[in-house]
Amino acid sequence: MRTNLYFRRVAVIGAGLTLFKRRLLETPQELAWEASKKALDEAGLELKDIDCVVIGSAPDAFDGVHMKGEYLSHGSGGIRKMSSRVFVGGATGVMVPITAWYHVASGLCEKVLAVAEEKMSPARPHPQSVFRYIWDPIIEKPLNPNLIWIFAMEMHRYMHVNKITKEEIALVSVKNKKNALDNPYAQAAANITVDDVLKSEVLVWPVQLLDTSPVSDGAAAMVITSEDVARRYTDTPVWIEGVGWTLDNTEWTGRELAYPRYLEHAALMAYKMAGIERPNKEIDVIEPYDPFDYKELHHIEGLKIAKRGEATKLLKEGVFDKDGDIPSSPSGGLLGVGNPIAAAGLMKTISIYWQLKGTAGRMQVKKPVRTGLAQAWGDLMQASTVIVMRN
Amino acid sequence: MSETPSGTPLKEEDLKKVNTVVYKPKAEYAYSAGQAQSKFLLGLKEKKIIGRKCNKCGRVYVPPRMYCDDCFRPTDEWVEVKDEGIVETVVASFISWTRERMEKPEIVGVIRLFPSSDRDWVFPGLFHRICADFEDVKNMSLFGKKVKAVWRENRVGSIDDIECFEVVK
Repeated sequence: MRTNLYFRRVAVIGAGLTLFKRRLLETPQELAWEASKKALDEAGLELKDIDCVVIGSAPDAFDGVHMKGEYLSHGSGGIRKMSSRVFVGGATGVMVPITAWYHVASGLCEKVLAVAEEKMSPARPHPQSVFRYIWDPIIEKPLNPNLIWIFAMEMHRYMHVNKITKEEIALVSVKNKKNALDNPYAQAAANITVDDVLKSEVLVWPVQLLDTSPVSDGAAAMVITSEDVARRYTDTPVWIEGVGWTLDNTEWTGRELAYPRYLEHAALMAYKMAGIERPNKEIDVIEPYDPFDYKELHHIEGLKIAKRGEATKLLKEGVFDKDGDIPSSPSGGLLGVGNPIAAAGLMKTISIYWQLKGTAGRMQVKKPVRTGLAQAWGDLMQASTVIVMRN
Repeated sequence: MSETPSGTPLKEEDLKKVNTVVYKPKAEYAYSAGQAQSKFLLGLKEKKIIGRKCNKCGRVYVPPRMYCDDCFRPTDEWVEVKDEGIVETVVASFISWTRERMEKPEIVGVIRLFPSSDRDWVFPGLFHRICADFEDVKNMSLFGKKVKAVWRENRVGSIDDIECFEVVK
């Protein structure tokens, strides 16, 4: 079932990443420049060829600079061009290529540079304190919440409703950190065991240190163009065939947390556009958002790749391993590569792009791939962005 | 993919060599609570939990709001919900909001207030402290338990007027 929407075909022809690390010497602008330059080089374009720039970055407070879109614009090549910044919390990273997609699909632009950057290390004493101002100032802030509280609440609810144990969830962290060993950009690659996860520092029970992704700096960029341009510059374009995004309400205390209905809406939108009817059969490789290990399973269910409560079963069967039927987070994900928020979501999209292009190097999955999906998630457990690509 | 990632990582000891710009921003805000939350806060002072109901879809908003998200129309009436409910989820925090280690964990969770049923996708829900032991969080026995608000003696019209929610024996 395809939609009768009319839009131009859109391709990805280049991508670039910086290292992901706890702290990099480079400024946010320099990081954006590094990633942008690499993406242009891979595409074989120069900045003068680009007509629109899309910038994505999560809350300004991390880098410690307000109006981060404007601040990043010269490093991102956005000067004297149609430039804009998009923001949907943690889901921003995938919103960046989606926005670039509709710039091109609509006919407005031919060649878009899509850039995402985040430098989480500057905040003192810890970036965690920066989240203080995301809460409702009257009803929630007086209780002194930290961000991990709400994820722990969602994780515990997910465990309770679906009868899943911490041991099972820890397998995601083990898998992703192991996948990251093959990723030259990764910060938190490691060979760990379930036991290591269960023995790591308890942050907010049930969340322990190795259940989470680290604090990171990094940037990512992609060159997204119309079909005509793509055909001229490459023999192996990767097509963006479906996009979807949804925002739920901020009242996370007043709705069921065990299942992300907003993600289901976003995924169905993307599947409809891409003509996908059976996501578990038609998608070959996925990069679901994994800032916490349970989130990967939660998202796999929301994406309808597993039935509700059954992602763990498939995980244990090895379906999501790098040599499995539906490799999940072959890059190593946020757990393995790092989590510079917006850049992490774009990194996941780039991972799928490289997989479909066949240039993922040691990260390349065993099976032949035709259709891939990347997804990000954010805000107060309310936002999801989904992108489906084909080669 | 290029095999040589750019970016210059710093060493652990470099991280300590920081010139910090220290200043205290005078960033004070006088937030307004709005019509609905004001009524909610005044209710707390009287040991009441006030919500707002949309008569079109039947949803009860706690904390209240003057419009219905889904129907996009004004909500219709004030309703008082019980200060009792069911533990939807509960966690034990060993870190403060600045990520400092805490020896004694803080137990917090989401309470689905009555009237509501476990078949509801949306419900009047509050996020608050739960007076319980870490063991009961860890063994998950608190899930589905009935809890009741413990009110403070001196109430000022704040979410903090509720000390915590406690399991009803």
